Amino acid sequence: MSKSLSLLSKRAGKINPQSVEDYVSMGGFSALKKALTMEKMEIINEMLDANLLGRGGAAYPAGKKWKQLYNIEGEPKYIVCNADEGEPGTFKDKLLLKDDPMSIIEGMIIAGYVFNSQDGYIYIRGEYRIIQEKFKESLEACEKAGYLGDNICNSGYSFRIHVVSGAGAYVCGENSGLLNSIESKTGRPRVKPPHLAEVGLFSKPTLVNNVESFADVPLIVEMGGKAFAELGSEGDGGSKLVSICGNSVNRKVVEVGLGHVTLRDLIYDEEFGGGIADGKELKFYHLGGQSGPIGFPEQLDTPYTAKALKKEGLSVGSGALVVLDEDMCIIDYLLKVCEFFIHESCGKCTPCREGNRHVHNILTKFAKGTATEEDFERLERLSATMALASSCGLGQAACTALDSCLKHRRAEFEAHMRGECPVCFPKDKEGK
Amino acid sequence: MHIDPNKMVTIKIDGIPVTVPSGTTILEAAAKIGIKIPTLCHHPDMTVRAFCRVCVVEDSWSRRLKTACNNYVDECGEVFTNTPKVRMARKTILEMILANHPQDCLSCPKSGKCELQTLAQEYNLKENSFDSVFTRVPKQEDNPALVRDMSKCIKCGRCVDACQAIQGTNAIGYQNRSTHFSIGTAFDHPLNSTACVLCGQCVAACPVGALSEKDDTERVWDALQNPDLHVVVQVAPAVRVAIGDDFGLPKGSVATGSMVAAMRRLGFDKVFDTNFAADLTIMEEGTELLNRLQNGGKLPMITSCSPGWVNYVEKVYPDMMDNLSSCKSPQQMFGAIAKTYYAEKMGIPKEKMFVVSIMPCIAKKYECQRPEMNDSGAQDVDVVLTTRELAKMIRSRGLDLTSLPEEEFDNPLGLASGAGAIFGTSGGVMEAALRSVYAIVTGKEAGDLDFVGVRGHEAIKEASLDLNGTTVKVAVTSGLKNAKILLDKIRAGECDYQFIEVMCCPGGCVGGGGQPFRTTAAIKAQRMDGLYRIDKKSTYRQSHKNPEIQTLYKEFLGEPNGHKAHELLHTHYTKREIQ
Repeated sequence: MSKSLSLLSKRAGKINPQSVEDYVSMGGFSALKKALTMEKMEIINEMLDANLLGRGGAAYPAGKKWKQLYNIEGEPKYIVCNADEGEPGTFKDKLLLKDDPMSIIEGMIIAGYVFNSQDGYIYIRGEYRIIQEKFKESLEACEKAGYLGDNICNSGYSFRIHVVSGAGAYVCGENSGLLNSIESKTGRPRVKPPHLAEVGLFSKPTLVNNVESFADVPLIVEMGGKAFAELGSEGDGGSKLVSICGNSVNRKVVEVGLGHVTLRDLIYDEEFGGGIADGKELKFYHLGGQSGPIGFPEQLDTPYTAKALKKEGLSVGSGALVVLDEDMCIIDYLLKVCEFFIHESCGKCTPCREGNRHVHNILTKFAKGTATEEDFERLERLSATMALASSCGLGQAACTALDSCLKHRRAEFEAHMRGECPVCFPKDKEGK
Repeated sequence: MHIDPNKMVTIKIDGIPVTVPSGTTILEAAAKIGIKIPTLCHHPDMTVRAFCRVCVVEDSWSRRLKTACNNYVDECGEVFTNTPKVRMARKTILEMILANHPQDCLSCPKSGKCELQTLAQEYNLKENSFDSVFTRVPKQEDNPALVRDMSKCIKCGRCVDACQAIQGTNAIGYQNRSTHFSIGTAFDHPLNSTACVLCGQCVAACPVGALSEKDDTERVWDALQNPDLHVVVQVAPAVRVAIGDDFGLPKGSVATGSMVAAMRRLGFDKVFDTNFAADLTIMEEGTELLNRLQNGGKLPMITSCSPGWVNYVEKVYPDMMDNLSSCKSPQQMFGAIAKTYYAEKMGIPKEKMFVVSIMPCIAKKYECQRPEMNDSGAQDVDVVLTTRELAKMIRSRGLDLTSLPEEEFDNPLGLASGAGAIFGTSGGVMEAALRSVYAIVTGKEAGDLDFVGVRGHEAIKEASLDLNGTTVKVAVTSGLKNAKILLDKIRAGECDYQFIEVMCCPGGCVGGGGQPFRTTAAIKAQRMDGLYRIDKKSTYRQSHKNPEIQTLYKEFLGEPNGHKAHELLHTHYTKREIQ
């Protein structure tokens, strides 16, 4: 029996993404019509029942976020969709943006209706240039068909969505950096408090959700929060898009019920990753992008859901699953992760600006075989300081992968200190 | 989170309960119970940036550490400020900062006053466990007043806050990302070709040695040790109420007598008072105002004592240069008088005269080098030192300000009225002018010489005065951001003021860019009080009553705004292009 689901991805590839007719023919906008007849608090209660953990990576309960914003006074309120899908190895939002954009639009309109917003913004990463244009076409089509713009479905409610392009900065995926970028300010995260729900876009109360979270909204309204929650598992409702890539046989986006598959399923099952390419062995896998934790073969039987993963020090994060085979040296890999964060740090707070390069320096020592025992203490202290004291999620999460490796593969670091690594220092046939 | 300052919140910090108004930061609450949480980027008068992260504390509600500078007591559980985790994080952060710092403390202008140095000592940092990532960048010394040594910058953003949020000049800002994150001018243009007015508020804000005034103390030592030179010094009003800071005196202490004694022991031939020149400014500026009022001149007339302010008008509002009073600043009036009237009186050849100014200001270093300021036939003021530089010279001479006797200024340029003294605070020039103008126009003595309407700390102060049936409306402001508000109103024709006092630095010269470090709004207020105390105790409280001023006009200048006065005491302004 197939372990994959087809809810979020049911229309992908089957419809013309810019056709309202096609979208409606496959159930589109029925949730919107239903929502427009519902009390606002009813919709929020469905969101709460759904146990939807935010799909951007931080896994903040979406229903809770909605309820908080609902209780905040102030007008106007803005709806912002974070489509700055920047976590390396993550391309699940791309599937929705490209193949089913109207599900995102529908989710945003429902959110707009709940908060009585007039304007929504979708911030699409700069690299998705063609998608941005197509998305605008979809918006126009929706407006023409009366699902967007003035007097939506004759309900008297009006809402517009504006497309804003990112320009390549990973840190603009951080919600407050993203809002600054929309406001034409430098894309650096803001100091919090104040929280975005209170002082968000243009200093007004703002809801920021991920693409997939918004696409989940019509599903929740349609099937009810409880039914949605049951697709997943305890405290982590719904289905989830997972982008699998790296050294796996298949590189693609799959949809699974949270908690109904294990990591082993995701990597080895024919309909998912399909195993390791070229007959190699699995060495490790990186979950949730560069800011996520690294898992190892002995953790493969962990169910793919928040609670079970957390017990193993893992997480869903952005929904990325990057598979690495035996030819990858952990130290080399961590150096690349670190280079990424050095490149993407906004630079304003000390732990992130300065910390990443010291981590890189020390990892380089390990790579060259010149590290000492004290370097472990340094790495641990840097990682702890960055996680505890950085200003935003970027710095706080920059050492997550390093932490996983230090915890589970310390021996590999130690071997490097001795100049032993099957990848970096291969022995010849005589074992020299 | 709802902040209601009328609501009280009680939290426990290190086990000690503290009750503070809602909206109080953890940092402020901790200070209330005597716990000083270390900071670098935080400044009580500035916006919160939370860049440095040194002020992290543990909060029982949060698994991460929280910065004490921006998190409110409303949103935390029990706070711990000295746990192993907190100390580990603070130490690591300091080590990271130091690994990217030149650590040439011995030759650093900030040594002894550096907030990073202090923290490094407090946290017992000896050897850095991280390898140095420091690279030197060239010092920027392309102007006569201000040095930027970005090798030392710790990226706390205080200078940017001073330049953007407080002054609104926006000459400097943030550049680049990550390890390249830095602070500089747009496209790295030289400071003087940007909107920078050299006010030095960035220097006053800098916690380390990245920003400093151009050090001119060696030039003064050279002059003092040159037997051929007659070296006179003038000292600005705001210096005497601030210099005590550097010698451990209570804030706002009036240290005039011991400061005069110290300068005499440094070897100055004569110790004079800029307050005298302030009285002279009132004579000229008051007369100019009356002329403009009576003869349909350009109104409102705006004061021109503050060189940063003059720079601002020339650079940003050149269309309003005619509104500026043509009077030179007191320091430049002093220079011109010292090298003419005084030199002639004493029979000293001009070229042997060396005039030093002690100013609370960095822009004065630029002002004295302006080509217009040569009306005596030479550069009227040779060197300007800041309050901080004077303190440094006093220490270098081995003098302790606190144990020196009180001495008097020399004559004839040392006698001043109380009106001259209050030039050092926002509102002071206006009050001094009103005292004399009122007496001159009405021929009556004001019952009360305290024009309190123009005193205080509000952003824009207004008052009006009845001059023989004509109401004169005046306004007072300080800080360029506030000045900009006024200028825009004037430009839009929304103001009916006749006279406006503007001082470049918030609070006036008491908060000047050359004053002792770690000045706050509270300290400025204490210095203001000090100046008003001097005024209150003065024998003469109106500039025109100063007998030395009367003598100067009688013997030398003739009439206020007369031919000679115009030649020596007035100036003109030039539009300056900015990039």
